[in-house]
Amino acid sequence: MATDPLRNAETDHQNDKDAVISVRGLTNRFGDFAVHQDLDLDVRRGEILGVVGGSGTGKSVLMRSIIGLQMPASGDIRVFGESMIDRDEDEAEAVRRRWGVLFQGGALFSTLNVLENVQVPLKQFYPDFDKRLLDEIARYKITMSGLPAEAAYKYPSELSGGMKKRAGLARALAMDPDLLFLDEPTAGLDPIGAAAFDELTKSLQDTMGHTVFLITHDLDTLHSICDRVAVLADKKVIAIGTIDELIACDHPWIHEYFSGPRGRMASKSHI
Amino acid sequence: MPLVPAAQLGQTGRMGEAASYTTLDGDNGRTLRLSGDWVIAGIGLLSNDLRGEDGLTTIDLGDVRHMDTVGAWLIHRTAISTGAHIQNASANAARLLEEVGEADRPDREPPPHRNAIISGLEELGDAVSLAIGSLSGLLAFFGRLVRAFFAVLINPRRIAWRELVTRFEVIGVRALGIIGLMSFLIGIVIAQQGSVQLRQFGAEIFTVNLIGRLTFRELGVLMTAIMVAGRSGSAFAAQLGTMKLTEEIDAMRTIGVSPAEALILPRMVATVLMMPLLGFYASILALIGGGLFVWTVMDMPPITYVQRIREVVPITDFYIGMIKAPVFGAIIALAGCYQGMQVEGNAEEVGKRTTAAVVQAIFMVIVLDAMFAVFFSSIGWN
Repeated sequence: MATDPLRNAETDHQNDKDAVISVRGLTNRFGDFAVHQDLDLDVRRGEILGVVGGSGTGKSVLMRSIIGLQMPASGDIRVFGESMIDRDEDEAEAVRRRWGVLFQGGALFSTLNVLENVQVPLKQFYPDFDKRLLDEIARYKITMSGLPAEAAYKYPSELSGGMKKRAGLARALAMDPDLLFLDEPTAGLDPIGAAAFDELTKSLQDTMGHTVFLITHDLDTLHSICDRVAVLADKKVIAIGTIDELIACDHPWIHEYFSGPRGRMASKSHI
Repeated sequence: MPLVPAAQLGQTGRMGEAASYTTLDGDNGRTLRLSGDWVIAGIGLLSNDLRGEDGLTTIDLGDVRHMDTVGAWLIHRTAISTGAHIQNASANAARLLEEVGEADRPDREPPPHRNAIISGLEELGDAVSLAIGSLSGLLAFFGRLVRAFFAVLINPRRIAWRELVTRFEVIGVRALGIIGLMSFLIGIVIAQQGSVQLRQFGAEIFTVNLIGRLTFRELGVLMTAIMVAGRSGSAFAAQLGTMKLTEEIDAMRTIGVSPAEALILPRMVATVLMMPLLGFYASILALIGGGLFVWTVMDMPPITYVQRIREVVPITDFYIGMIKAPVFGAIIALAGCYQGMQVEGNAEEVGKRTTAAVVQAIFMVIVLDAMFAVFFSSIGWN
């Protein structure tokens, strides 16, 4: 039980057969500045992995690298066992239809209403679905994401921040993905809304069994729904493990993060 | 067989057994037996077939291997519409069905489309009221701008010098290349076309009159205005529109910085001041282009050309150009900034407003140019 999460991050991943995402030796550079240097990470099947790190440690860049929006300077990234580097379009498409991404601001298509937004990935991958079925699927996804039914015909500009995130989640879930990327899903939500969103993420994951890669700053989210947490610092994943394991380790930043005033508050309320 | 959520299929992929179903008529009524993988891939065609099924009493999920929410939805929908009950559902399938069932809400369709004539009339009315609103909005905008202008004049410390100088550079200096090239080529075209036509009357020498008078009086400034509208008017609309979308303009207001003073006035003043300079520059470049043609093709030495220009172009032509230029500049900046400030909602709006800014600016410039032409002729500046 008492494995050292600091060591975990360095050695344990050698051959994690069950990894949905496996990142090896990832290096990302912007000009001369390296955001990541030889970063390794494994995300196991069916887990909710929280990714934390100070601002500017490259959490979003890591996610963008994994989903192929950012070409790394070097390293290997595998999703469902397929390499994401130098892959051809057909392979990429096969992988793409198995994941859903929720961007920070929702990234809804502003000229389409929520219903049409949710249908975009469905239409892209299943052009033979008839309109009635598309409407039905989109509608139950919207309700599943916790939006009222009448929100379906609203445009993104008419939605509040929290509703945009829910609509974004509905779109990310449109294809029943095996892998879900969430970029700070609870940032900017009120505590009640954030807790509801956490609960939603957890219950959807329970139902559908997908793997979740979750970037967050929200300690409550980490405590309440994450199976494991990866800590990004010094251009690497410096530690990965359950929260208890992380709290037990003595890296100064991790200590500060989980045992600072906010960390203590959050852990108290989740014991 | 245990039912595994689709997510756990893993490397074996989703290409399992295709979803299918059979119906059985038994003692207890009709049974729908489902088998295979009821997942999103390969379920699209079943959807319509399933709609046709009725009079079912039981849906048997015993042979279903995998299921995701789309499969669950189809089963749920069929069960609800036929009143059949579901049996042999595994724990996971039952859970999926329950989740989907909870998410099934009566749809609230948007109001249906109305009669074509009425909606046509409605659109016409909307367009008219939009046009009137746009015009009055433009006037109000201009009014606010004039007020901001005087407010800044009274309190010169509020002049946004940096922004103003930046705009001089962006609107004026950086436009020199393209406007110069365009005018130079237009000068050549006028000279070439003019000489061909005038030669038929043996009046080739009047090509110089054509070049001199046309460039200073009309084309130099007009072409410059069109170029500035395309280059800077569109940029104003897009910049301000994007700033509105990202709430930068709201942020300015809350800090107490007036967007009219900080953003719009510098653009307006810079365009008004740059237009005459650019217009004059364009006219000179057109003269040089024409002169080059006259020199090379018609063998008129440059010194004679300059001499002729001085004789045939009255100073009033120069005045006309220089009077029109700042007015055109004001219109271009006004249309650009006004449309930019009207942006609301989404990114598409920015594009629409940018187009509107350029179209409006060029249209108004040409209408005004025609009015100026009539006006200047009637006061005897021929």
